[in-house]
Amino acid sequence: MDLDIALILTQDGITSGAVYALLALALVLVFSVTRVIFIPQGEFVAYGALTMAMLQQGKVPGTLWLLVAMGVCVAALDLFRVLRGASSDGLASSLGWSLGYPLLLAALVNFLPASDSLLVQAALTLAIVVPTGPLLYRLAFQPVAESPVLVLLIVSVAIHVSMVGLGLLFFGAEGARTQPFLDAQFALGSVSLSGQQVWVLLASAGLIVALWLFFGRSLYGKALRATALNRNGARLMGFSPVFAGKLTFLLAAFIGVLSGILIAPVTTIYYDTGFLIGLKGFVAAIIGGLASFPVAAGGALLVGILESFSSFWASAYKEVFVFTLIIPVLVWRSLTSHHIEEDE
Amino acid sequence: MNTTRSAAALPLPAAAPAGIFCARNIVLGFVALLAFAPAVLPEFYVTLLNYIGLAAMVALGLVLLTGVGGLTSFGQAAFVGVGAYTTAVLTTSANLPGWIAWASSPWLALLVGLALTALIAVILGSLTLRLSGHYLPLGTIAWGISLYFMFGAMESLGGHSGLSGIPPISVFGWTLDEGREIFYLIWAFLLLAVLTTQNLLDSREGRAIRALKGGQVMAESMGVDTSRARMIIFVIAALHAATSGWLFAHLQRFVNPTPFGVHVGIEYLFMAVVGGAGQVWGAIAGAGVITILKQWLQDWLPAIFGTAGNFEVIVFGLMMVLVLHRAKDGLWPLFARLVPAAAPLRKIDAAAKPLPRKPMPPAGEVILEAKNVTRKFGGLVANNEMSLSVKAGEILALIGPNGAGKSTMFNQLSGVDTPTSGEVLFRGQSIAGKDSRAIARLGMSRSFQHVRLLPKMSVLENVAIGAHLRGSQGVIPAAWRLDRAEEARLLREAALQVERVGLGEFMHAEAGSLALGQQRILEIARALASDPCLLLLDEPAAGLRLKEKQALGDLLRRLRGEGMAILLVEHDMDFVMGLVDRVVVMEFGQKIAEGLPEEVQKNPAVLEAYLGGVE
Repeated sequence: MDLDIALILTQDGITSGAVYALLALALVLVFSVTRVIFIPQGEFVAYGALTMAMLQQGKVPGTLWLLVAMGVCVAALDLFRVLRGASSDGLASSLGWSLGYPLLLAALVNFLPASDSLLVQAALTLAIVVPTGPLLYRLAFQPVAESPVLVLLIVSVAIHVSMVGLGLLFFGAEGARTQPFLDAQFALGSVSLSGQQVWVLLASAGLIVALWLFFGRSLYGKALRATALNRNGARLMGFSPVFAGKLTFLLAAFIGVLSGILIAPVTTIYYDTGFLIGLKGFVAAIIGGLASFPVAAGGALLVGILESFSSFWASAYKEVFVFTLIIPVLVWRSLTSHHIEEDE
Repeated sequence: MNTTRSAAALPLPAAAPAGIFCARNIVLGFVALLAFAPAVLPEFYVTLLNYIGLAAMVALGLVLLTGVGGLTSFGQAAFVGVGAYTTAVLTTSANLPGWIAWASSPWLALLVGLALTALIAVILGSLTLRLSGHYLPLGTIAWGISLYFMFGAMESLGGHSGLSGIPPISVFGWTLDEGREIFYLIWAFLLLAVLTTQNLLDSREGRAIRALKGGQVMAESMGVDTSRARMIIFVIAALHAATSGWLFAHLQRFVNPTPFGVHVGIEYLFMAVVGGAGQVWGAIAGAGVITILKQWLQDWLPAIFGTAGNFEVIVFGLMMVLVLHRAKDGLWPLFARLVPAAAPLRKIDAAAKPLPRKPMPPAGEVILEAKNVTRKFGGLVANNEMSLSVKAGEILALIGPNGAGKSTMFNQLSGVDTPTSGEVLFRGQSIAGKDSRAIARLGMSRSFQHVRLLPKMSVLENVAIGAHLRGSQGVIPAAWRLDRAEEARLLREAALQVERVGLGEFMHAEAGSLALGQQRILEIARALASDPCLLLLDEPAAGLRLKEKQALGDLLRRLRGEGMAILLVEHDMDFVMGLVDRVVVMEFGQKIAEGLPEEVQKNPAVLEAYLGGVE
């Protein structure tokens, strides 16, 4: 291996590392606010990429019907509650979001002419897939929100399994790539960067800064941090944990879908690719102890670089290396943490 | 309180109640049906039953791991793969290296596979089992994926196309080369596994495993080595999986990596949860439901959707979510309700030989002594230069207003926490750096401020956990019922302690069904079962009614009369003043008074601490 190859590998590693960093941030966020280990995070990446690809082919993506179906379920649950005597305050707005929005979007996608603009397609992809995040929280996690982490994890894995099956149904077994946002090549000394790589890096950096501002400066961001520290305390201060859960899932879905849109032009995405991508985000998140954002982001870069170098040296063992990395990390975690008892 | 129903929820074998529908007859009937199944059922159903049996064996391991022990693994399929690949390699390679060539028969390959699996499980377990709750399952996903990709990547294992030509198993010259024949072997292994697992759970070691769910501090302070208990169930679950893999390889006569991926591992966990993760028979129920459903869905869903694919996972995922929302104990309790099998009451053998007791130290000997104990948390000094001592045949009360540092002091004395400076001597030995088990072995036992019982276990069994260190039979004798003599002695001792604290009428009731005050008393019985010379009681009278307090007071007086040293942390002044010999009063982490109850009651510093001063 010479320096050029090393540079190219590093650069590849940093690009994928940037995406893993985004996912790791989403995973840390979801875990700290809701205690859910969000295995389906990767499915949002795949759904985002493949929805975008279908829109580019001028087809109506199945994710749209998923959104409608989930909206109908939530509306039915809300109506049922009101019929059983719960207060009907806020019913109109919740029905508007769960029924009105998906149906309106379905009408838009079906009856308006398909747009060639990448930005419109990306916006549409976000509009279709991201709202399934909070709907998912409402349907799957809100009813068991107080359960032990283990139960939430099993629910999470069950959702992942279902979403992979649905992905196969919606998108078929064929992989897809989307058109790049930027076709240019940049030369940086002896290294050449593709436009899409620059996009990925810039967008990831931008998103990280935006999240930092959100959590540091905005009231909702601070309220989420408060919920992560102490759920009951935040509830007493008038910040509903249900709302916190939905908001967190909205953010996680947004980060997932955006990552999918970013990497779809660089890698071929299949309906089940999301799992491995998401798990690499996990390896990074675990390096950060499922708590620290900066360490998780650093871990993500490490995972990306390890992956690109091992695919050069021993490509058959690429995944073995990445997932075996977690074991020394876990050992290190177990040696450095000294808690006595996890009181439920 | 319906003791019969509650006991039915426990994963215990039935003894022999009257009636034709007793659990033993139902099991015998089930076995008889199984024996005739291959003779009458069409090939297709025999095959289905074979796969149910194989899956149930893996799910059974998960029942032990997840339902009983509270640990979870998504990586069991990888262990199935280790079992399957080991036998595939050993029985198909023509030119094995000499040192392993002896293992080319399937039966020897099974032994090698089990040994290899145990080795891998011990390594993975020692790396991941120490981690708290959610890291373990994440770790299992990671190594599940790693092992799966290894199977696919290694040339010697045939890569992704796999290994074929695996010979059938022979039993005493009978070659099991048809599904109908290996059926008997699969189900014999499975029923044996169910039987031994049930036996194990109903034993000293089994109680230790079940105590894992009650929290580490409780189990450790009763002398249970929790890391060992976790490792035991992890290895047992892995061995079950590897055995299933061995049978699978010889049934299929071919292996490739696909059935050992992490998604198959997830399916095994679904089986355990759907069946009812706390129930031994739930493993078979869950494996049956999921395997049959999978068969149907694989026929129907592609026809409905008009394309081929593994769409059954959509339904499985949604089903899991529904089960976890609506029926957390899985489907087995629903099946069990259909057959009103009377549950056993545990027999207590009054004639069993009593357990040996340690001699009590002579009255007046200093049992526990704290010397200038200081505990700092960062800048906060929770205990400052605290000294106290407890003698044999004496009750000492540690009192003080809220936030005085009593609980921190209690943790220093019981060895849960280590002082920043100063030392705690128990019978002359420093307990600094000793683990809770070693301290329990020396004869210190305790109760907890927030009651730590296993609510689903009977009063008797909860108390028997306390006697853990007074038995020695391990996993294998327990699985094969070679431990019954010792078990009878342990249960007799537990029953004596239950009677002694006055809970005899609740002997077989679920601990969780008792009132809070009775649960506190139950904790004292559990502590007594360890044959201690020192009892540390954390607010034993909280939540007790007047009569119960009087009974508790009488009990403690009797224990004192027998030479027991007792230290209690308490809020209830009436209770303390009428009972104890000496009082130590704490405020702001320091001792402000010590002496006879009457003296302390008149001490101005104490009055100030409690009443805000007397002007």
